[in-house]
Amino acid sequence: MNLTALRSLSRAIFLGFVRDRAALFFSILMPILFLLLFGSIYKTSSAPKVTVIEVGRVSLLDQAEAGAPGQLGKVLKVTHEANLAAALESVRKGNNDAVVQEQGHNLVVHYSIADQTTAGIVQAVFTSIVQQADAAAAGRSAAYQLTTQQVEDKSLKPIQYLAPGLLGWAIASGGAFGASITLVNWRENKLLRRLRLAPVSVGSVVLARVGVSLAIAIVQLAAFLGIATLPYFGLKLSANWWMSIPVVICGTLAFMAIGLLVGSFAKTQQAATAVANAVILPMAFLGGAFVPLDYAPAWIREVSYAMPLRYLVTGMQNVMARGEAAVTALPAIGILLGLAAVLTAISVRVFRWDAV
Amino acid sequence: MVARVSATISVANLRKSYGSTVAVGGVSFVVEQGEFFGILGPNGAGKTTTLEMLEGLREPDAGELSVLDLPPWPRNPALLPRIGVQLQSSSFFERLTTREQIRTFASLYGVSARRADAMLGVVGLDEQADTKTEQLSGGQAQRLSIACALVHDPELVFMDEPTGALDPAARRNLWDLLRRINADGRTVVLTTHHMDEAETLCDRVAIMDHGEILRLGAPATLVRDLDSPVRISVESGLFATGDARGITAGADVSDDGVSLTIATRDPAPVLAWLATRHALAGLRVQGATLEDVFLTLTGREYRA
Repeated sequence: MNLTALRSLSRAIFLGFVRDRAALFFSILMPILFLLLFGSIYKTSSAPKVTVIEVGRVSLLDQAEAGAPGQLGKVLKVTHEANLAAALESVRKGNNDAVVQEQGHNLVVHYSIADQTTAGIVQAVFTSIVQQADAAAAGRSAAYQLTTQQVEDKSLKPIQYLAPGLLGWAIASGGAFGASITLVNWRENKLLRRLRLAPVSVGSVVLARVGVSLAIAIVQLAAFLGIATLPYFGLKLSANWWMSIPVVICGTLAFMAIGLLVGSFAKTQQAATAVANAVILPMAFLGGAFVPLDYAPAWIREVSYAMPLRYLVTGMQNVMARGEAAVTALPAIGILLGLAAVLTAISVRVFRWDAV
Repeated sequence: MVARVSATISVANLRKSYGSTVAVGGVSFVVEQGEFFGILGPNGAGKTTTLEMLEGLREPDAGELSVLDLPPWPRNPALLPRIGVQLQSSSFFERLTTREQIRTFASLYGVSARRADAMLGVVGLDEQADTKTEQLSGGQAQRLSIACALVHDPELVFMDEPTGALDPAARRNLWDLLRRINADGRTVVLTTHHMDEAETLCDRVAIMDHGEILRLGAPATLVRDLDSPVRISVESGLFATGDARGITAGADVSDDGVSLTIATRDPAPVLAWLATRHALAGLRVQGATLEDVFLTLTGREYRA
């Protein structure tokens, strides 16, 4: 293996990539834009607090707060408003969820049923407050008390599946397109044949192309983790996140092998692009990249086992976000490497140096 | 056939078929060191397949083949640094500049960046060094592809239709470059379907058609052997066609209303006759060309 040749081939391929604005956009920028976009949209999707307008003074609320300090604040966000009409208008518009007033011994709650979940919470919370107040007035100590507790859910927060999912898709596209389009272009413009006439081994050429793709994948990984761990998005990396590096490397190899096979059959760049898209895009939906498998219909979960992308995405998810042990990524790594080996072996058999 | 010691290329009974189509049907020739050798013929004649077997890109079905005393097939790493191959003008890495392009090719052969840069000067591309190759003109791209073929100073250079899609000025410009390459002592093997190119550049040409070599020799010899008439033409109306027929026996006279043409194997008396009559306006004297050789050999027009 000739190191000078390897270095200059890698440099040539790398420069060809960074000067290709479209490739840069689709493989680096677009996945990041998706992450920014979806990350912002789904950020607030955790159970919303109910917002209540207190008109005048409602002593029951004070009483409930005094009875169990801090508990009420977990469910309700209370604001004050002197004017009842204005408060009701605000609920009507959907800016707030309920208006509460005290009229003597009557607690009046106006709420909208536009959102049944919120309506339910409003009813439940105020019924409970009234019952506790009743009990207190009757001089009994409360037999039951309302405490709320957030359950630390084992299911993932949006950023925890968005980051590995979109990153998996970005790496899959980068690998498949990088390999297939290089192969088809170089065969079409006869550069492949020109390289065959130079005293440089096939190994050097392949290694240069794979090396550049791996470097791009690592940059994608770094960019994604950098953005997703910003406080705004709040991805907390698990202790074993570093295990996602070998997963990314093996995923890149597997998808480059898919690209190699596509490029071995495709005759033109257009055909290679179309076929690679036809492989990657459905896989992004069925393999858990765009739709988290936890929330996907059962049939998608079944189908996902046949999607190579599933192993790249879940492999990263387990060690990056779910906090599982490093070894849990090994099955995914094994499957991705096996796929890479099988597809490369097939590609070598059907490989053509020339278009004719 | 025994290869002579000095022969750079020696080919005997070389054959190649694709399925039932015979691309090359048993050709034999020798190229001497320092020679400018042309393989000439219409598209589909078998030129490119012959060249590809010489370069080691295709395996011959049968026949003997040695290039620089080495077998080119299977891919022979000992031979590759000694030959230079110019392919199409688009066989480059994407989005690299002219300088980056030639430096990359140079490094594949272990040649320094300095020598690569110097090579750009040789082919006159100094000013385009920082231009992306996609933005080069056809002639410039072709010169770069030749520079890339020569950067490691090979003894033997193969060129497949180097002036293919160039305009006349760019072609002439490239011919000068090719002559210089050959004058430096390199052996050059070129395929072309342009008769005039072969006639201008080549020491010897092999005329191929349907996978076989029809004639082999120096262009001038091939034309002379043809013994075809010289065509002398002047403006129409300077004298009657009947007068012209009387000048010399066997002259073929025709007048298309613009030019009067006399075709004869004995031009001297015709020219003398025209001179004494001061009938030399628009005079053109045309000998036979390789095109006529091809026409005579195949009985049909050359399909360029």
